[in-house]
Amino acid sequence: MADLLVVLALTLVVAAATAAVLTRDPARQALVLALLGLALAVLFTALQSPDVALSQLAVGSALTPLMLLLTVRKVRGRGHRGGRKRGRA
Amino acid sequence: MSRKARLWLLAVGGIGVAVLLACAAFDLPGFGGTSHPYGERAVRSALARHTANVISSVNFDQRAFDTLGEESILFAAVLGTVVLLRETRDEHSEPPETVRVDPHVRRYALIALPVTLLIGLYIIAHGQLSPGGGFQGGVIVATALHLLYIAIDYKALERIRPAAAYAIADAAGEAAYVLLGTAGLLAGSVFLANFLPYGTFNTLSSGGTVPLLNAAIGVEVAGATVVLLARFLDQALEIEGGGTGGTGRQDEEANRS
Repeated sequence: MADLLVVLALTLVVAAATAAVLTRDPARQALVLALLGLALAVLFTALQSPDVALSQLAVGSALTPLMLLLTVRKVRGRGHRGGRKRGRA
Repeated sequence: MSRKARLWLLAVGGIGVAVLLACAAFDLPGFGGTSHPYGERAVRSALARHTANVISSVNFDQRAFDTLGEESILFAAVLGTVVLLRETRDEHSEPPETVRVDPHVRRYALIALPVTLLIGLYIIAHGQLSPGGGFQGGVIVATALHLLYIAIDYKALERIRPAAAYAIADAAGEAAYVLLGTAGLLAGSVFLANFLPYGTFNTLSSGGTVPLLNAAIGVEVAGATVVLLARFLDQALEIEGGGTGGTGRQDEEANRS
């Protein structure tokens, strides 16, 4: 039973990780990365390491995707707004 | 070196690493076996020092010096981010436009905020007893505050989150860890020695210096994460100009000469 859970969690991790690699749009990738973090947290819980699962959940599913999304916004907004400003001047 | 020679070199290196990894893997104990030499010693040692959460005993007592290194890595990384993402001379700050928030999102975020904050503080406070600790709880506390940005807007978040105060908390947490370690050196025998009474097993004050070091890490990580996200948010929402690539810097150089 416990082994089945580990195998299921591992499959989920492999699927999420492959999806993260295959997604090309960075904003969507951040979302898939959050799901990968969730899958890893499930795997760590199944392997009886709740400490690591908590770290993974807090950093991998919340903090890293948030930083990625903010970076995407900055990089996209810069070309857009900067272009408009320079056009006006 | 020609392309073919480079590929050969890569292949030899890759095969070498693969063979070494395979050899190492064959020497590992079987998956989920009953013999855990390191685990058994760590558990015995944690119980002897009245720390219910063995992981915290390893992090803040048996291997407390390693944690000082990890904490310093986070501290230095955030310091680097603050320097890199500062507002440069050719950039200017503009207050972000207010955005209409969907009432459902607002309601959810405002309910989730206090609950998440409480969970984070609970996880920090019970680091010596149950899974989690200063690191996990610190990140949760810091991200919980940012639900205010989702619920209302950036201005509301900035009001409850003076980044300078959190930067001081970050440094104070780091300093507290080193000072507690030095106290161990003065009172006991070595740096980061567990010199306090171990207390009653499975109570909040058990574990000697473990809860104190754990709290120091909690303050440091919460402060560091808030400062880190503040710099990213400032860049994404407020700071404008500077141009793409090196144009701004080239202009500056042209002005100087």
